[in-house]
Amino acid sequence: MLAFILRRLAQALFVIAAMLVIVFFGVNVVGDPIYMLISPEMDQQQIAETARALGLDRPIWEQFLVFLKNAAQGDLGRSFVHGESAIKLILHRMPATLELAFVALVLAIVIGLPLGLYAGLKPESRLSRFIMAVSILGFSLPTFWVGLMLILTFAVGLGWLPATGRGPTVSILGLETSLLSLKGWQHVALPALNLALLKISLVIRLARAGAREAALMDYVKFARAKGLSQSRIIGVHILKNIMIPIVTVLGLEFGSLVAFSVVTETIFAWPGMGRLLLEAITRLDRPVIVAYVMVVVVLFVTINLLVDLVYSALDPRVRLTEATS
Amino acid sequence: MAPVLEVSGLKTHFFTRAGTVKSVDGVSFHVERGEVLGLVGESGSGKSVTGFSVMGLIDPPGRIVEGSIKLNGKELVGLDEEGFREVRGREVAMIFQDPMMTLNPVLRVDTQMIEAVTAHDKVSHKAARERSRDALAKVGIPSPEERLNAYPHQFSGGMRQRVAIAIALLHRPPLIICDEPTTALDVTIQSQILAEMQGLCADTGTALVWITHDLGVVAGLADRIAVMYAGRIVETGAVDPVLDTPLHPYTSGLLGSLPAEGEPGAPLRQIRGSTPSLARLPQGCAFAARCDYVQADCLALAPDVTPFPGARGVRCHHPLNLAGVAA
Ligand SMILES: Nc1ncnc2c1ncn2[C@@H]1O[C@H](COP(=O)(O)OP(=O)(O)OP(=O)(O)O)[C@@H](O)[C@H]1O
Ligand code: SF4
Ligand SMILES: [Mg+2]
Repeated sequence: MLAFILRRLAQALFVIAAMLVIVFFGVNVVGDPIYMLISPEMDQQQIAETARALGLDRPIWEQFLVFLKNAAQGDLGRSFVHGESAIKLILHRMPATLELAFVALVLAIVIGLPLGLYAGLKPESRLSRFIMAVSILGFSLPTFWVGLMLILTFAVGLGWLPATGRGPTVSILGLETSLLSLKGWQHVALPALNLALLKISLVIRLARAGAREAALMDYVKFARAKGLSQSRIIGVHILKNIMIPIVTVLGLEFGSLVAFSVVTETIFAWPGMGRLLLEAITRLDRPVIVAYVMVVVVLFVTINLLVDLVYSALDPRVRLTEATS
Repeated sequence: MAPVLEVSGLKTHFFTRAGTVKSVDGVSFHVERGEVLGLVGESGSGKSVTGFSVMGLIDPPGRIVEGSIKLNGKELVGLDEEGFREVRGREVAMIFQDPMMTLNPVLRVDTQMIEAVTAHDKVSHKAARERSRDALAKVGIPSPEERLNAYPHQFSGGMRQRVAIAIALLHRPPLIICDEPTTALDVTIQSQILAEMQGLCADTGTALVWITHDLGVVAGLADRIAVMYAGRIVETGAVDPVLDTPLHPYTSGLLGSLPAEGEPGAPLRQIRGSTPSLARLPQGCAFAARCDYVQADCLALAPDVTPFPGARGVRCHHPLNLAGVAA
């Protein structure tokens, strides 16, 4: 087990290093940020001075070496726009995004799993067909359009929930969260639902496919032959088997929730790092873009590692193959 | 005493898009206490469906359309799910063909045994675990205490089938239905398990319905035999008379396809043709297209059961070996 974790850690470090290179050069090929930062009245000398101050006059490989050296110390540069440390800016906004993604993930499981299970166990029923039809909608409707419809319906039309912003936050164990107050939940409800929509559909599909397959397996028939109750067969024998692919996929999808939150955060004015990224892109605020991408990469890598560990805890057969390989 | 199991006129059909599949179409047999009944037939003849009907494990599109299944005198046909749940595992248990598939791969063996105990007996977790351990020991699994903590994939096929047998024996049911439990195992393990199973059931007075397509297995194990063809039982009787002097051409054909003793290398005679589609059975005898003794009346009228001395019965217009039976 320890060797397994160490190997995975080494792989993770390699991925992060590779991303550093790709991201830095990728971002530097796009546009010259200096022309976004100067005012039209500046003359050539002033422009050159600004560039020098930001280190933009040096050759790119030199800029990269400086970047690497600083990155190793956790410094990804200062925001051209805000003048603050880019990584600090991102990390400051990250809890809001993670909170949104987390609530969306929980919604995906709480809503998607029972619906998918039902549809898988009673594939012929009318309700099941309805569930599947809705899940197709969930896949095909664009996120921003659904977001606007949610606002129109629940915020503007019915006036039940606020349309924008995040509720009051409190800090526990150093983590900022808005989930400890009713107001916070009211604010997070619509954006989280919006963000979760795709994942709900995904969980419905996964759970349905898994349940249909498992229901036909001999071990389910044998469990029935033992005289087990229906609830134990579904809740233990079937659920434990279908949780393996669902946990794996959802774990990996958590990263894409963070990525997709760019759209949702913009629509619902959610003060997360997705919105910050969008601002940074429109202003070519290079350090912030780089810092965002690096933070997301580290997040992805960490999640993958965790998913692997959870997966091997859920599926005893994985441990065996790891041990013998 | 009343028989453990009495099945009469059982019809289990599957209503598929391609038509009604009459997998079991008028099956009657009984099993006495402590008796081993061999249920023999080719693939697709309806043996498993018969077993599942007794267990109440027929799912849509399948349904028991007619007949009666009496277990210890109690009618099972028409029982609701909870009624069947109470019967399963306690009054009748079942062991399946493929031991690789019968145990849940993601649950430990102790979980799967303890839940089987507590499904019927409200005992403590500890007591259920002890009972499970003893059951494993009884079926010959070494160091049962440790093995309880293992997952199914850590067992060989033979050991997994032993676990399944241990589970079936947990409540000492008066009847166990064994659906080809040794077919997937290699020959030495097959005979070991056969012998152990025989011993265990003799000790506890458990009756068995042993489903197989292998007449060789039945010869050594069963007291009586029921030969099944296309959803019906075509011949029944005590094992030795049926195998010595088969009345039905199909039984005779099955015997002919066994490797003969003392004649290694002799060619095996297969029954020609294959099982008819159970969705479109012919009007007359279902075996007619493959029978060497077919006559005009066979094609016109499906034969009924003709009783013979010695509690034998055959479903054929022109039984063989009549001289042998009369003698
Ligand atoms: N769920 C089902 N839907 C449709 N037809 C079915 C279903 N289950 C079984 N059948 C049909 O019932 C017939 C009998 O099947 P059964 O499994 O009882 O055969 P068997 O005698 O046990 O054969 P084998 O030796 O291969 O196990 C087969 O023709 C099969 O196609
Ligand atoms: S009834 Fe006729 S066709 Fe059918 S098995 Fe007997 S002899 Fe053959
Ligand atoms: Mg079968």
